[in-house]
Amino acid sequence: MGLDFSVVPGFFGVLLMGAGWTVAITVCAGLLSFFGGIVFAVVALYGHWSLRWPFRGFAFLFMGTPLLLQLFLIYFGLIQIGIDLPAFVAGVIGLGLHFAVYNSELIQASILAVDKGQYEGARTLGLSRGQTLRKVVIPQAVRAVVPPMGNNMIALLKDSALVSVIGVMELTLAAQQAISRTYRPFEFYLAAAFCYYIVNLALEAGLRRLERRIAASR
Amino acid sequence: MDTELILRVYPFFIEAAWVTIQLSVLTAALGLACGALGAAARLSRLAIFRWIAATYVSVIRGTPALIQVFILYFGGPQVGIQLDSFAAGTIALGVNIGAYMTETIRGAIVSVDKGQTEAARTLGMSRWQTMRKVVLPQAARLMIRPLGVNINALIKGTALVAPISVVELTYTAQRFIGSTYKPFEMFLLSGLLYMVIIYVVGQGIHWLDRRARIT
Repeated sequence: MGLDFSVVPGFFGVLLMGAGWTVAITVCAGLLSFFGGIVFAVVALYGHWSLRWPFRGFAFLFMGTPLLLQLFLIYFGLIQIGIDLPAFVAGVIGLGLHFAVYNSELIQASILAVDKGQYEGARTLGLSRGQTLRKVVIPQAVRAVVPPMGNNMIALLKDSALVSVIGVMELTLAAQQAISRTYRPFEFYLAAAFCYYIVNLALEAGLRRLERRIAASR
Repeated sequence: MDTELILRVYPFFIEAAWVTIQLSVLTAALGLACGALGAAARLSRLAIFRWIAATYVSVIRGTPALIQVFILYFGGPQVGIQLDSFAAGTIALGVNIGAYMTETIRGAIVSVDKGQTEAARTLGMSRWQTMRKVVLPQAARLMIRPLGVNINALIKGTALVAPISVVELTYTAQRFIGSTYKPFEMFLLSGLLYMVIIYVVGQGIHWLDRRARIT
């Protein structure tokens, strides 16, 4: 059959739109995983046992099973209990929760590593427990954890390809659409891989800048 | 919780777990081979080898594993590589995890104290002897734990062959979710089996790591 890359430019718009959706999913799921990770970390460390134990079970299950399996659970599970979400939303929730659990592990360790004197100082100055966490401990803990959390964001970008399996329109599904019209899988998956690579390079460059800025502000 | 259903379908999941184990073992073996070769090339004196290995690591780690599986399985026949889904999945995932293992192994080798190499070279050992008798035995101990992290990711990563219809755990769960409309039960059943596999492998790696530390 051979290769013929001349068919690719005709689908440039389709791939570009797919890449746009991939970026949108990564940003939405990334934000969810960031804030979800902070909430999970606080629950795991300071929550009432009735919250802490279910969360531990949830985290254990989510860290020990494949993301793809979790996406199936969320997509079909929500339909079963009568919540019919658009695939995009289900995909963002699945990716976001998965990486929130991983981010929460990082943030927990980082919160525990914040100097105890910081906590005591804030409490002595009259801040409440919640205020101390929100204004003193968490900002420091999150800063320290930016580089490893950046790695999670890069993993999230690549794993966003998995939501194509539950029918979310993004780069991988866009490539599949082009393939179903042209029967040229090699060319279009390679083109999609190229787009992912470019987005990945941009994300890495952005993260490096962020790390430098945080290092400078210390 | 529909226990009757679980009892009826669990033999299919046990069979699927066996496929997942086979996939994991073969992928790990191929990944370690690629990782060892990759690390050797990354540390080579020849610039061309260093460049090839660096490109391998960057391209594989910069693109989704799912796309790599699809390129080999669906795109392979266009360039004369006709593989069944199990073989294509194993090779794609093995080459994928190999890129991560390249960095793990390289990291362990370069973190062996430089004085060790200098001392061995001063004693008259060749570059190769130094590597084989001094650096590698020390690096091997350092790399067990991070390679364990790679292998943990790889086991969960074997789910990526479900979309190309390899009948492993995730594919089986997906099929039964479709036919029974019981996503929670199917998730728990397959999830439990994944966790058992990961736990056993984790214990094995922990044992190796401890043994390496004592001697």
